[in-house]
Amino acid sequence: MEDPQPDLLYSEEEEALRAAVRDLLTDHCDAAGVISRIESDTPHDLALWKSLADGMGLAGLLVPEDRGGQGATHREAAVVLEELGRAVAPVPYLSSAVVATEALLACADGSADGEDVLASLASARRIGVLAVGLHTAPGASFATARAVDGVLHGELTGIADAAAADVLLVPADDGGLYAVEADAVTVTGQTSLDLTRPVATVVLDGARGRRLGDAEPAVRRALRAGAGLLASEQLGLAEWALTETVRYLKDRRQFNRPVGGFQALKHRLAQLWLEVVNLRAAARNAAAALSAGRDADVAVAVAQAYAGQVAVHAAEEALQLHAGIGMTWEHPVHLYLKRAKADSLAYGTAGAHREALAELVDLRAP
Amino acid sequence: MIDATELRRRTRELLAVQPPTRLPPPPSTEGPAGPPPSFAGTDRLDFLRARFDAGLAWVHYPEGLGGLGAPRSLQAVVDAELEAAGAPDNDPRRIGIGLGMAAPTILQYGTEEQKRRFLRPLWTGEEVWCQLFSEPGAGSDLAALGTRAVREGEDWVVDGQKVWTSSAHLARWAILIARTDPEVPKHQGITYFVCDMTDPGVEVRPLRQITGEAEFNEVFLTGVRIPDSHRLGEVGDGWRVAQTTLNNERVAIGGTRLPREGGMIGPVAKAWREHPELRTHDLHQRLLGLWVEAEVARLTGERLRQRLAVGQPGPEGAGMKLGFARLNQQISGLEVELLGADGLLYDDWTMRRPELVDFTGRDAGYRYLRSKGNSIEGGTSEVLLNIVAERVLGLPSEPRTDKDVAWKDLAR
Repeated sequence: MEDPQPDLLYSEEEEALRAAVRDLLTDHCDAAGVISRIESDTPHDLALWKSLADGMGLAGLLVPEDRGGQGATHREAAVVLEELGRAVAPVPYLSSAVVATEALLACADGSADGEDVLASLASARRIGVLAVGLHTAPGASFATARAVDGVLHGELTGIADAAAADVLLVPADDGGLYAVEADAVTVTGQTSLDLTRPVATVVLDGARGRRLGDAEPAVRRALRAGAGLLASEQLGLAEWALTETVRYLKDRRQFNRPVGGFQALKHRLAQLWLEVVNLRAAARNAAAALSAGRDADVAVAVAQAYAGQVAVHAAEEALQLHAGIGMTWEHPVHLYLKRAKADSLAYGTAGAHREALAELVDLRAP
Repeated sequence: MIDATELRRRTRELLAVQPPTRLPPPPSTEGPAGPPPSFAGTDRLDFLRARFDAGLAWVHYPEGLGGLGAPRSLQAVVDAELEAAGAPDNDPRRIGIGLGMAAPTILQYGTEEQKRRFLRPLWTGEEVWCQLFSEPGAGSDLAALGTRAVREGEDWVVDGQKVWTSSAHLARWAILIARTDPEVPKHQGITYFVCDMTDPGVEVRPLRQITGEAEFNEVFLTGVRIPDSHRLGEVGDGWRVAQTTLNNERVAIGGTRLPREGGMIGPVAKAWREHPELRTHDLHQRLLGLWVEAEVARLTGERLRQRLAVGQPGPEGAGMKLGFARLNQQISGLEVELLGADGLLYDDWTMRRPELVDFTGRDAGYRYLRSKGNSIEGGTSEVLLNIVAERVLGLPSEPRTDKDVAWKDLAR
């Protein structure tokens, strides 16, 4: 018997959620604002984060109500990420409300400490990040801190959104996952390709941590959810690139015609539309599979083996078809290109996910 | 309005009154053959006729014409009941052109008399239909067609040549577009007819393809007399009527549900698993990439199906054919390479006349060659990309030089 096919559509509630998030982002996250912010000392927009996470209660979507969250599912979180991707919003939603939150949820029978951290993330009182390099694929090995009697030492690099974090979830070489307060470590921002989701180095020099559970299953689950829902962010990003480019090419005239009337360009945009349509199906399938807990490994790997190339292609086409203006700092297309390229590495490259599929669907290497 | 419960009730009533003959079990390969099992039910054709008359053929059609005016999405309720009961279906693939293209056009533009004459035997499969649209000089630019229809009394006399006609050698009827006025621009002078394929002026010749088979035909029309009562729509309005046919052709794509590996990727994946000696790293990378794309295309089809089921047809349909055409070609190309020495062989070049395209029943070489047609038939990929760009994305069309010129004055 075939697996029941998950619902790949959006519910009315999800559309309402989308509209609310989009309204907020339209009012408080315009491209000019993001551009002026990214080179400042505070690349993250914490006021926007407060409106989304605290005001709208979005930080706790994945957390059950009895543990301090909203008790929603990955399907709703995916819709939020589509909108955040469309706006390249510089907020730590994916890192705190998805990845760190999933790591904490994996520490199931959790200590009071773990429940405490989880509730503080769900209510957006605090921001948490998992101290694993952003490029790490769900099944890949990851760097750990050295643990001596609950005191941590070492240096971890490529940690997304660490600069905004109040608490870090640090995997250690004793197999544990530790919660470490941000003021107990040194966070140094790295110069990032994607300035809207900057990465940082975290130095632990005798930092005290509270052990929450086992690192391996927590990191694996967190990265799988991160990879699966990242596809929805990539979808939103690609949709923005397509929509903006179509809009621009209807207006822009050369050779006494709208540029969008030339068949060579129409075919490229139609091809891109097709890719975005496909990505929507793959991203919805990943979100649905994560929320149902069925077929999730395959669904996430398929989505991530596909999503990166589409988002990058969309952003690259947007740049080329905007031509000169697309190469400038003032036009936002560079924000999208940088995010798209960084996203194509985040939580595993397409190649890493294809390798995972080779095992999962029994298409083994020679 | 008729709902699912009522449809289920009516379907069960049909099954009770006309219990269909179940298909006999496959013959046993061991021991002596027993007496043939007796099946006392209604025979296949009688059952299909009764189903049509009960309004359970296509429930969204009007009463008296095989339907009940119910929402289209409720057809699934009827189909599921009948399938569970082992009832025969009307072999929709074999009569696909009639079902998918002729029927909706007759329903929209036909007279009452035409609807009553044509729809029932069309649906039961007693009469097969074909489509006389494309011509040697009018493929993607279909409105350039040159087949003439000249009025003589109560008849039209048709002369010309059509091409790429599936099922013409089996068909009882054809939908035909022909030029009735060469003095006006090309889209305006076309009229739409139902052509009797048994008319002595109709000559059907097989058109052999690169696969060695002749799925298609050329059709030569010489002094074919079509009564005016077999015209669909107004004189000169044939282009608009043909749009109904062509739009329905595109709707028909993508409605079916595929399991994972259900398409052309299936045979390649199977060969990969069964023949480790054929594996190379290069082929592995390409196979994984195409496997992912095939799965994503399948999910897009599933999403389209779900949207249709809740009555919100999405524009995804316009892209499905484009995606599958490219994928089928890439996958089958990889499959031939994967087979190594066997990839140099072909299963059978014998000229045959298949009723259906059989992608899975033949070898990789056949799949490779036949899938080349996927980006040409039913609208080339280039034309479909224009359609997506203009109708979905709203981009402007390219300037045209043929719109306001009489057909007879166009360069040919």
